[in-house]
Amino acid sequence: MSGILSLTTFLPLLGVAGILLVRGLAPANDERTASAARWIALVTTLATFVLSIAVVANFDRHRPGFQMLEDITWFNGLRYRMGVDGISVLFVPLTAFLFPLCIGASWRSIKDRVVEYMIAFLVLEALIIGVFCALDIIVFYLFFEGQLIPMFLIIGIWGGQNRVYAAFKFFLYTLLGSVLMLAAILAMISIAHTSSIPELMRYHFSPAYQTWFWLAFFASFAVKMPMWPVHTWLPDAHVEAPTAGSVILAGILLKMGGYGFMRFSVPMFPAASVQFTPLIFALSVVAIVYTSLVAFRQDDMKKLIAYSSVAHMGFVTMGIFSGSLQGEQGAIFQMVSHGVISGALFLCVGVVYDRMHTREISFYGGLVTRMPVYAAVFMLFTMGNVGLPGTSGFIGEILTLTGAYSVSTWTAIIAVSGVILSAVYALTLYRRIIFGQLTNPSLASIGDLVGRESIIFLPLIIATLALGFQPRLVLSITDAATTQMVDVFHAATGR
Amino acid sequence: MSPQLIVTLLVFAPILGAIIAGLFGRRIGDTASQAVTTGLLIFAGVLGWLTFFNVVSGAWPSFTVQLAPFIDVGRFQSTWSIRIDSLSAVMLVVVTTVSALVHVYSWGYMREDPSKPRFFAYLSLFTFAMLALVTASDLMQLFFGWEGVGLASYLLIGFWYDRPTANAAAIKAFVVNRVGDAGFILGIVTTFWAFGTIRLAEIFPQVPAIADHVWRFGSWDCRLMDLACVLLFIGAMGKSAQFFLHTWLPDAMEGPTPVSALIHAATMVTAGVYMVCLLSPMFEHAPVAKDVVTVVGAVTCLFAATVGLAQNDIKRVVAYSTCSQLGYMFFAAGVGAYPAAMFHLFTHAFFKALLFLGAGAVIGAMHHEQDMRKMGALWNKIPITYAVMLVGTLAITGVGIPGIDIGFAGFYSKDALINSAFWAGRDGDGVGVFAFIVGVIAAGLTSFYSWRLIFMTFHGHAKWGQPTHDDHATHSAQHETHAEPLAEADNAHGHGDHEPHEEPWSMLVPILLLAVGAAFAGGLFDRGFIGAGREDFWRGALSTITSGRLLDQIEHMPAWVTWAPLLVTAIGFVAAWYYYILHEGIGARIAARKGLVWSFLYNKWYFDELYQIVFVNSAKWLGDLLWKGGDKRLIDGLGPDGVSAASYAIGKATARLQTGYVYHYAFVMLLGVAGLLSYALWAFAR
Repeated sequence: MSGILSLTTFLPLLGVAGILLVRGLAPANDERTASAARWIALVTTLATFVLSIAVVANFDRHRPGFQMLEDITWFNGLRYRMGVDGISVLFVPLTAFLFPLCIGASWRSIKDRVVEYMIAFLVLEALIIGVFCALDIIVFYLFFEGQLIPMFLIIGIWGGQNRVYAAFKFFLYTLLGSVLMLAAILAMISIAHTSSIPELMRYHFSPAYQTWFWLAFFASFAVKMPMWPVHTWLPDAHVEAPTAGSVILAGILLKMGGYGFMRFSVPMFPAASVQFTPLIFALSVVAIVYTSLVAFRQDDMKKLIAYSSVAHMGFVTMGIFSGSLQGEQGAIFQMVSHGVISGALFLCVGVVYDRMHTREISFYGGLVTRMPVYAAVFMLFTMGNVGLPGTSGFIGEILTLTGAYSVSTWTAIIAVSGVILSAVYALTLYRRIIFGQLTNPSLASIGDLVGRESIIFLPLIIATLALGFQPRLVLSITDAATTQMVDVFHAATGR
Repeated sequence: MSPQLIVTLLVFAPILGAIIAGLFGRRIGDTASQAVTTGLLIFAGVLGWLTFFNVVSGAWPSFTVQLAPFIDVGRFQSTWSIRIDSLSAVMLVVVTTVSALVHVYSWGYMREDPSKPRFFAYLSLFTFAMLALVTASDLMQLFFGWEGVGLASYLLIGFWYDRPTANAAAIKAFVVNRVGDAGFILGIVTTFWAFGTIRLAEIFPQVPAIADHVWRFGSWDCRLMDLACVLLFIGAMGKSAQFFLHTWLPDAMEGPTPVSALIHAATMVTAGVYMVCLLSPMFEHAPVAKDVVTVVGAVTCLFAATVGLAQNDIKRVVAYSTCSQLGYMFFAAGVGAYPAAMFHLFTHAFFKALLFLGAGAVIGAMHHEQDMRKMGALWNKIPITYAVMLVGTLAITGVGIPGIDIGFAGFYSKDALINSAFWAGRDGDGVGVFAFIVGVIAAGLTSFYSWRLIFMTFHGHAKWGQPTHDDHATHSAQHETHAEPLAEADNAHGHGDHEPHEEPWSMLVPILLLAVGAAFAGGLFDRGFIGAGREDFWRGALSTITSGRLLDQIEHMPAWVTWAPLLVTAIGFVAAWYYYILHEGIGARIAARKGLVWSFLYNKWYFDELYQIVFVNSAKWLGDLLWKGGDKRLIDGLGPDGVSAASYAIGKATARLQTGYVYHYAFVMLLGVAGLLSYALWAFAR
């Protein structure tokens, strides 16, 4: 099944072509055009999801290396290479899983420039899938940076009050990191005489180079994760982004940082990774404690969840740089799980935002009396956020903690406080919104979930519980690749 | 039916009920939801007793049903399974029996509540999680059950979600438990790196081999087993409300009373004791950890008993009593008398559930009044409730005759605990001596607060039935009273005369059954749990290294040790009688004086106030500081906002150069030309 990765990557662009065609035939700003754009986007993203499942079904989970390879000469000596291994393959269905839900969540809430909105999302999906499939570092860079543009537009055009500030902050932060990464990429190519990622992984850079390259990649991925202290763009971006934008931002864009660490930093610069592990661990635990405490004090629902994302990503970086099997497996699991749970939480916020047009926590209270189904759904994802066993949130936390403990006990001891603090902020948020007496008169007629919303939440509920009770759905796919990654890392560093 | 099938049905019956009532409760209606959950729980209860008798009689050898793989990462492997041995069989019978009775009781107790399906679904969900906990064969499933019961407890404490106090108590319970869980997680991880596995059956054989390994933890060296066991015990402290982590349990009384009986007396809070007994092969090789367990247990035992002396809310008295009894169990486990701890867990489940459900019946009879100062003289109004409360009190105070070995349930189990501590002390275990002394003193305190409850509630003068008077006069003093929110029930009753009435049979029958257990469970099972038949009873399900020695010696106890608990119990009774019957009103006068000791006890040693300042307020303050000071001013100020401000300022400054006057530009150009010329002359003229 050669070519399936490119097909999955570029299928969303077919939807773009379809929308443009309709747009060209029909008059602009017509409700029927908008409706057609919605349907085309939905069908395209669903088809992409089906293809992404085919990718996973086609994936041989017992082989550690890259599969479904594509290698075409592009131009000027550059090559277009695609392929996936156990580390990257799951991000393809995760991306393709969240996009149809986002289109569904935007069905009614986006009324202006629907055509452009849907095009932006489809382009974004293509670029994100490309990031996880690219096996050439130049191709990777193009996808990696390319997705900044549609995301910048989504925040800047369909965002809230302060959207321009947020969009620029988002853009500047991420671009600044990327410039350094680009310099490192060019240097690596000129040293190793290849831009192929598998070959770069086998090339042994000298320790001095490793340090510089590591730092350059770190600048980019740390911003993307985001790690403390370069995380402040995230709360602003989330608050201003439309619901679907937040879902993609938290659900997938943040994962590109963790994926980058696992694809480049650890395997290509193992010596530097060991050298900088204390830095990563320190930043991770600071992120867990610091942002959890900050989350506790927020009065905007989205900001609270955004800060909690930073804390959860702290577990990911901690796991990745533990260099242990439990740590790597846990990091991937945590990223997939967080993609589902945080996406669902932002959708939960979107449900009440669509009705009341405010995310102010103190505006709400007592919703359970009017919205019992919503309350139950929100409870499930709150518990997932807290990391309750039985939800997917738990598995990643316990595995990354196990991994980190073997390297640094102190890190694990401090990080475990995240288990307590997450309960504090998540349950407080839930109580303030859902429980208590319904006193605000404007909430008196708020309605429970409608059919469309229930359909959006159902797959997320199934995913959260299925991964919680049967984590091997993920772990068995990532097992061979992470085992090999850890073996190579240990061989290279003697740790 | 094969044993495997029986226990599988037993474990999954409650969750089936929870799913039906939880998801379809509104469609199938209240009665159907209640019938399904209760029916399935009674079914589970029957299977529970079947399993229990088959396992402890040896008819079924211990076995494990493997259901499905859970986590599988390298050697970090866990399986969904049902482990059946004597230890889990005891818990199965306790959990399913009390849960079934509480389900039945709730038909009556919750009869006026509008959301019955939700309540019964939560109860059944709790039961399932508890069964998953006790049948775990590895630490991951244990932790799953552990957190599952925590979730159910959170949901049930906050069941009446429109009450701020209930919500606060629910969050407090969850968060305090999470503090313990953080220790538990570190304990699991430590165990994993020590043994390379988290399966119990693979851990236990390795314990002696690595018992003496020393590890660096943080910055100090400690013995591996001590480290792992202390961390695991922190988890037990949270769940079992031990000293420092006890503050959530009294507040948990915000939940409906059946919940208090099931979760916060009979089952969930004993999970910590169960965990220590289950892991007894590890604790046996962790002397420091065992001492920690003993001391924490003994301190809790005494602390909670003293606080119980001064409380006026009937449920809070029973709650502190629970806390204290858990302390008893822990110090017994700490000195190594695991069978005795499990025996007390078993008998305590009956008499404490009885006391709670009885208290619920009293509260119902008093039209949702929980303040004992407004009760009194109820014994002939609600004679059945009175009788069963008496049985419960006799059982908890451990009344019995040492010479001929006949008594209520608590007599057998509590004496075994105190005697074990005595022998441990005799054998040179210093903390054993401490535990023994505390155990005897606490027995006297137990007797005092238990009889105080009986006297204040059922005897003396009636303080009810003066509606005009009581509403205003005592309003100021009732800030700690949390009447259950069925206020509309008062008006709906029809007989507005506030005459106490006996509760319906759906509530009385479960209490009567528990009373049978509270009376006879000790005598019936004494021989198996801790007596001569214990080897055949436990069949290696818990460590018998120390406990065998301790329990053998109980037969040869000095007379004063056997009689001491009974003597202090008698003293406690007489004191309570003196203060609350003979000179009724002295207690109230002492309270009114607000003396130092009384205030200290009444305010629960000021733990809540201390924690509010140390943890809650400082977390809020720190959160604000990091957010506004750290993120906004420091990071954003120096980072993006600072950079943009700086570039704006530079831009503004340079923009000022662009004045638009030609002579300015000409002048600058002239300067440039002059400068260039001088450089050229200087450079080329040499």
